[in-house]
Amino acid sequence: MTETSDLSSAVQYVYLLSAALFILSLKWMGQVKTARRGNWAGTAAMALAVLGTLLGGGISSEGFMWIAIAIFIGSAIGLPMAVVMPMTAVPQRTALSHAFGGLAAALVGVAEYIEGRDAGHLSHFTSGALAAEMLLGFLTFTGSLLAFGKLQEIITTKAVVYPGRNIVSVGTLITSLLSAVYLGIDPSSSIAFYVLIVTSLAFGVFLIIPIGGADMPTVIAILNSYAGLSASAMGFVMNNKLLIIAGALDGTSGLILSILMCKAMNRSFVNVLFGAVGATPTGGGPASPTGKTITGYSIEDAKAVLEDTRSVIVVPGYGMAVAQAQHAVKELANVLAAQGTDVKFAIHPVAGRMPGHMNVLLSEADVPYDQLWEMERVNSSFPEADVAIVLGANDVTNPAARTNKQSPLYGMPILDVDKARTVIFVKRSMNPGFAGVDNELFYLDKTMLVFGDAKKVMTELVAAFKEGAH
Amino acid sequence: MHEPSGLIENLFVFVLASFLGLELIRGVSRLLHTPLMSLTNAIASIAIVGSLVITGRPHENPWITVLGTVAIACSAINAVGGFLITERILKMFKKRGE
Repeated sequence: MTETSDLSSAVQYVYLLSAALFILSLKWMGQVKTARRGNWAGTAAMALAVLGTLLGGGISSEGFMWIAIAIFIGSAIGLPMAVVMPMTAVPQRTALSHAFGGLAAALVGVAEYIEGRDAGHLSHFTSGALAAEMLLGFLTFTGSLLAFGKLQEIITTKAVVYPGRNIVSVGTLITSLLSAVYLGIDPSSSIAFYVLIVTSLAFGVFLIIPIGGADMPTVIAILNSYAGLSASAMGFVMNNKLLIIAGALDGTSGLILSILMCKAMNRSFVNVLFGAVGATPTGGGPASPTGKTITGYSIEDAKAVLEDTRSVIVVPGYGMAVAQAQHAVKELANVLAAQGTDVKFAIHPVAGRMPGHMNVLLSEADVPYDQLWEMERVNSSFPEADVAIVLGANDVTNPAARTNKQSPLYGMPILDVDKARTVIFVKRSMNPGFAGVDNELFYLDKTMLVFGDAKKVMTELVAAFKEGAH
Repeated sequence: MHEPSGLIENLFVFVLASFLGLELIRGVSRLLHTPLMSLTNAIASIAIVGSLVITGRPHENPWITVLGTVAIACSAINAVGGFLITERILKMFKKRGE
């Protein structure tokens, strides 16, 4: 039933080498110093796997023609996408590539199923494994497409909540699983085959639709994991250990990242797995405390506070990414450093739209990575900081997470921005963060709210400092 | 019933690779989580091997060619794009004074 007998044993040695290189690739990816070597090892592993498969025999001349066309088209799309894409679009690109990955695995599953059915040699096991591959592949495909739509803001970034949504999505998942099991029992059932495809595609949609923008880092990581697992399932079908290994590495990577993101938001992993992420009703947070007024401060006010400071901590959030303010922020950091201020960047694990998002943007703006501080390390520095500058990072700085048991954010580890002597909070408008919760930070006496686009505010601050220098 | 060839072997490989993956990924600095994702994404395009085999071997049904060809193109987008974008991201990481 499996076709590996076609592959000569030489190909298996090439695959073994390829698998070893993939493992080294992830090992080297651990540290900045060796990370590029890791990427090269991964590239070499992939090239070996493809060349080994092509030269291993068993491919017809007509097959070669189609393969050449497909690889040409794929490269023609993938290459420009990777070269011209702005760094702020990395989360969208990642979501889109998960969609391609899921689709590829699912289509191979469909093709294998058709081929096996036509030849009448589908075993129960093959059929069941194919069902798993198609289920994971198709749900990753539609789920990632929706995630892409949300990140690109083609569709609403808010959590879409409708009554009975949990019943709808769990019902769809159960139907999908049942048809997969049925396909394992009766491989020739075309009804189970079509139901499986439709429900898997639908479940991907139902899974992502109720998820809000702030939960995207977790969701992207989970989709990453599913894409890997579908490749592993393909490996089981084809009896190909390289596919199993590479798929498992990808699957665990996504799993660990999503667990880390869950911890950083104080959400349980089960809660996320069953699609209940973003269940926090939008706009359901407490209304602004009455009797407290909000005053917007000017650029000059902010400049006066920043002058002659010893230490400043910058807290970037999604606001910096949307405004593409990373270069302007770096300029301000330079100006501050020139007057003798120590500048640190405090990075919350879920700041932005994907794991590590802020690090990439700031690195793009030439901020050295030893100036990027992880939450656990930087929190002890806030009490000694003269000023904390928050750039559209609402939920990850909200003190309600520490104190207010009623808050949906309660228990989430946050950056202790409120402990700094003064807080400059740069914000586009008075809209609350994605969790839909008001931030008591705004009403503290030490807080100066500066309204405006993060990039504009930063640029004007730099200009104000430069004028003052003359 | 057909005994699946090498199922138990493959399960061993899967479980061991998963544990290895857990250890390796835990060792990755949080700083590098974005390039890690683009790298693993590129690695997941190993699915191209499966689509090459299925498209390449002789078959009767033209649908298999269509599905296989689209699958190869999708994986190729990820493989080419994934490694390139990882390289682009990693090039930006610099230490103070570098």
